[in-house]
Amino acid sequence: MKGVEARAVASIVKFENVGLRYGMGAETLSDISFSLAPGAFYFLTGASGAGKTSLLKLLYLAQRPSRGLIRLFDEDVVTMPRERLPALRRRIGVVFQDFRLVPHLSAFDNVALPLRVAGVDEGEIAERVGEMIAWVGLAGRASARPATLSGGEQQRVAIARAVIGQPEMLVADEPTGNVDPEMATRLLHLFDALNKFGTTVVVATHDMHLVSRVPNASIMRLERGRLDDPTGALRYPPRVPA
Amino acid sequence: MTLPFAFTAADRRLLPEGRAAGPMPWVIAIMVFLTVLAAAAGLALASSARALGDQIAGRVTIQIVEADRVARDQQAEAAARTARALPDVRDVTRVSDAEIAQLLEPWLGPGGLELPAPALVDVDLAVPAALPRLKTAVARVAPSARVDAHAQALAPLRDLVGALRWLAGLLVLLMGVATAACVVLAARAALNTHRETIDVLHLLGATDIQIARLFQRRIALDALFGGGLGFAAGALVLILLAGRIGAVGSELVGSVRLEPAGWLALVAVPMAGALLATAAARLTVERALRRSL
Ligand SMILES: Nc1ncnc2c1ncn2[C@@H]1O[C@H](COP(=O)(O)OP(=O)(O)OP(=O)(O)O)[C@@H](O)[C@H]1O
Ligand SMILES: [Mg+2]
Repeated sequence: MKGVEARAVASIVKFENVGLRYGMGAETLSDISFSLAPGAFYFLTGASGAGKTSLLKLLYLAQRPSRGLIRLFDEDVVTMPRERLPALRRRIGVVFQDFRLVPHLSAFDNVALPLRVAGVDEGEIAERVGEMIAWVGLAGRASARPATLSGGEQQRVAIARAVIGQPEMLVADEPTGNVDPEMATRLLHLFDALNKFGTTVVVATHDMHLVSRVPNASIMRLERGRLDDPTGALRYPPRVPA
Repeated sequence: MTLPFAFTAADRRLLPEGRAAGPMPWVIAIMVFLTVLAAAAGLALASSARALGDQIAGRVTIQIVEADRVARDQQAEAAARTARALPDVRDVTRVSDAEIAQLLEPWLGPGGLELPAPALVDVDLAVPAALPRLKTAVARVAPSARVDAHAQALAPLRDLVGALRWLAGLLVLLMGVATAACVVLAARAALNTHRETIDVLHLLGATDIQIARLFQRRIALDALFGGGLGFAAGALVLILLAGRIGAVGSELVGSVRLEPAGWLALVAVPMAGALLATAAARLTVERALRRSL
């Protein structure tokens, strides 16, 4: 009993019987229950339309569930007043499936956004963003607007923006869909490096090849809005050694 | 935990450069222009009403309408003497025939005094309440006397000026409401235009206050621009009008003028407009943001 409690507290994310319904239709997500261990690496897989993006939206606080319980960083985010959500969102880095770059801002300013929101001073921003942009191979394109970047370049800007704040949790929705295998490997290394520093990583992808590249990752499978968890390992994950 | 006032120098870059879309600055310019004129009218009328009040309070004219010139003069003298003897009477002046002739000349032409003109005695009362006593005392010694208080004669004019002042005040108020409504619409339009950006900022952890400040700033700048323009145009019109009023040369019209304090009040119009716009923008944006998660 004591052990279960300790595990519960140790989870960075905990879903219990979560359901999500858009409008009046059937539930897009049903009876989702799982816990994510801090510092672990997760892949979320499933067919197109299975509800991966919907689940991630709940995770990065873009959506409240229709039912069920969600705890994030050990706080109940379902009933949390909305004024308290921004503070939690700053602890999460998100790569949106559709990138969501701000069209009138340069690549540099897009990457700098989370730091500006958090009030980091401009000197530090210049340094950190410069480094990050170089790391994703866009050093020469820092002042380009998103519309003038290729799909893969935009995706790299989106990833750089998600990781620049060294978030406690990284949520990435199909982050390698538009890049060549070589860049995909490079980006995976970036996630892995972040993960080594303690960031919990959740990556939604179709790409089973990508999944096989991170041997110690756990896999969550969504099937028509339900989580496939035959062993119960997702509900009660084994502790990850620090 | 939330940082209410992050976004500093880089604020500008979070929303596209340039003024808010749409005609809002120009509408504000027109509103401020009209408000300045209405406020100036109200202030000038106030000073005119004050001047009018100062001039006529306690001023009384005794008119002796009597065809017989000798009886007329006797009664005028008696009335003047009686008035002088009363308490609360500051000054009594018999208006000479020459002055009356001068007063009547524009209407009657030279030599108009061949007609029987009334005798006039100007009385200046220390307190308006002394009027009834003056009336009874004068009636006793001068049966043909008519005692007219200027305040009474000018009451309709005073009422008119008063009503116009209220109207001016009402116009200023209505213009304020219209300006606020216009800003609310502009803020909503701006919110719609930048919906995507706002959503992203929200998801990256920006607070409502941070986002509202971006719009508030933009709209405040627009309002200041429009307000300055409207004020400049209004002031120009007022200066031109003041010249025209001076050229009329009438005492009554001439009293319709703006004092330095009035000009100061007018400068406050665009400032108040900008403040109003900022507050309206902020409230609108914060209300709209509260509807999102
Ligand atoms: N905002 C929305 N309103 C209504 N229905 C939605 C909305 N978003 C998603 N859906 C529906 O929910 C279901 C799951 O969508 P979701 O985007 O979560 O799938 P996904 O697993 O991410 O798919 P993909 O791999 O193609 O990205 C789909 O049937 C979709 O039509
Ligand atoms: Mg998806």
